[in-house]
Order: sequence, then C-alpha cells, then structure tokens
Amino acid sequence: MCQDCGCGLPGENPVGISAHHHEHDHGHSHGHDHHHDHDHPHSHTHSHGDATGQHRVLEVRQAILEKNDRLAERNRGFFHARGLLVLNVLSSPGSGKTTFIRETIRSLGKRLKTGVIVGDLATDNDAQRLRESGAPVVQITTGTVCHLEAEMVANALKKLDLKGLDLLIIENVGNLVCPASYDLGEDLRVVLLSVTEGEDKPLKYPPMFQSAGVAVVSKLDLAMACDYNREAALANLRRLAPNAPVFELSAKTGQGMDAWCKFLIQQHKVVKERDPLGA
Amino acid sequence: MQSALDQVLEKARQAGASRVHAIRLRIGALSGVVPDALQFAFEALADGTPAQGAQLLIEDVPARFWCTACSHEFEATRMFAECPDCHRPSAELRAGREMELTSLEVD
Repeated sequence: MCQDCGCGLPGENPVGISAHHHEHDHGHSHGHDHHHDHDHPHSHTHSHGDATGQHRVLEVRQAILEKNDRLAERNRGFFHARGLLVLNVLSSPGSGKTTFIRETIRSLGKRLKTGVIVGDLATDNDAQRLRESGAPVVQITTGTVCHLEAEMVANALKKLDLKGLDLLIIENVGNLVCPASYDLGEDLRVVLLSVTEGEDKPLKYPPMFQSAGVAVVSKLDLAMACDYNREAALANLRRLAPNAPVFELSAKTGQGMDAWCKFLIQQHKVVKERDPLGA
Repeated sequence: MQSALDQVLEKARQAGASRVHAIRLRIGALSGVVPDALQFAFEALADGTPAQGAQLLIEDVPARFWCTACSHEFEATRMFAECPDCHRPSAELRAGREMELTSLEVD
C-alpha cells in the first residue's frame, strides 16, 4: 500500500509485468511476475491499551520508504554502469504522456535508441500505442497501486532487452500526488503540464512540481482553444521548480520537439561521459 | 502505510514485544502524506496484527528552504518556497520531505 492515499489494499490484484513481443514467429511470450506478501504474525488477544508512556520505548529512526530508496539506488547504479539516460515521466491522467513519449522516440530516430517501461493500473493499451514507435516496451500493471515503485521497475527491467539502448523512459501512473514520493532510480524527473488542465495546476500539487527536474508544457496546439495563459503557467512553474528547464511543445504537430530532443541528446552525453564509479 | 507497518511489526518482533501501543512518526509538509489518510490506512492494515489499536503520534515537520541570495534558511508558508526577504523562489529544500518512523511503545 502507498503511504499517501491508501491505494493497493492487500489481497487485491498483484502487480503484473508483461512484455509481448509481436515480432516473434512463435506468437507471444508472456511474462507475469507475482508479488507474494508476507503473512504477519497474528496475536489474538487484544487489549486496547493507551499510549501512557508506561510502556517500553523502542527507538527506530528509520525512513519509511527506506526500502524503496535502497532499491532505487540499486537501479541507479545499474543504469549508471550501462550508460543509460533514464527519465521518470509524471503527470495527471490525460496530459498526453503516452503520445509525448511515442513522438519523442520517433523524433529521436536513430540518434538515441530508446526503451520504455509504462505503468498503469490495468490494460496494456499504452504499451500497444508506444510499440507503434518501434521501441521495445514493457507494461507494468499495478492493480490498485497508484504509482510505480523501484522494485516494480527492477522486475520490469528483466523483461526489457537493454542491449544497445541509450535512453530508458519510464511512464509513471497518471497521478500528481503519490508518485512524487517514490524514487525509481531515474536521472531526471520530467513533469508534464498540458495547456488544457489549467495554469494553476503546479500550485495545486506543490510536492510533484517541486520534485521536477524538467517541466514540459504539452498540447501546445490546443493553447488557443482553451485560452491558455502562457505567462501565468510559466510563472507558476518557476515558482515551484525555479531550476527546472521548461519545454513547451506539441507532440501532435511536432512544435518544440526539436529543442526537447537536442536536450535529451546532450543529457545522454553527460551520462555517457560520467564515471561509472560515480566520481 | 504497508511498509511503515511492516517496519513496526519487524522492530516489535525483534524486541520480543507482543503488543504495540504507540507509533511515533515524523511527517514532512512536502512528503505528500496526508495524516488523516495515514490514520485510515493504518487502522485498516493493523487489524489482526500486534499493532491493532495502537496510537499514531504524528510530528509534523515544516518545509524549510535555503535562500542562496540572502544566505539564510526560511520556513515555507503554504508550501511555496519563496524567501520572505527577497521574495525569490528557492529550489534548495532543507527539510520537509521526511517520512520517518521515530519510535515505538511496546510491551
């Protein structure tokens, strides 16, 4: 279960990971990983005592997401060693993440070879749309969990052929709240704000926008139709993420995609030249 | 909440405790955690475990940022990281993302 909203009650659908390789002669290859939860020790005598300070005190001082942070660091080390640039793409549902990623892969062409891990509660519709770009795609279905965790990404990596890949794009579950708390081991957090969802979205969801390494204003082709106030949107983004570069683009018309792709190529160069030992 | 509860039960088990009476947590203003939601999730999950009925004692940690221009730390109001003196936004978070299990009271 998530710390934030209480999603993913135990006993519900386990996380599934599927990589359907349609290019195979022999049909589909199905890979489903299941999580097995631990049983908790049950004590059947319940005395509802109050915290009175008379009980034994155990000092813990441990981060609650310590396990996720540890696994995220392991992912990060793995990515560094392979010279992979890794993006964690976040936004509310319907901001255009999937189209944006598909068109990013198309625009990059042979300049960066890209793979995708995509998370949704259910269906592999996004994976199918992303495969139109020709890139290898692994779908994670989270069941009732509203965000991706480092462990899900580590399991999905086993299903992805990383040979020759330069860029890995992780499309997170559409949600502006809980995914902000979960490090996946990415180099860059890319947070999308579509022109249709209101210029004040960053002010309504500060933790997410504050955690952004890059901000992308998407669906620029619809700006006129929805009276998009560019100045207000940019001011709000700057207010929460003053150091994040902002890219304004339309994946549909291709406007702004060049600058975005150039940025990725430059970021990949930085990653490639990085000392794998982290120095 | 599941991972917090797992940690609680593990620590209690290691200490040979059979009941957890209170759980102290530090939750940052920018952690994204809503204390009410945490309470609700805790009650649902702790049912039938040694932590059932335990009190959640949550210490709020305000968001604090560093202003590079004025070289001082300030507390963010309403989650916005704007320096109260020079009114410039800051990206340097010093505190406020904590989600920490501080201590337990057990028997």
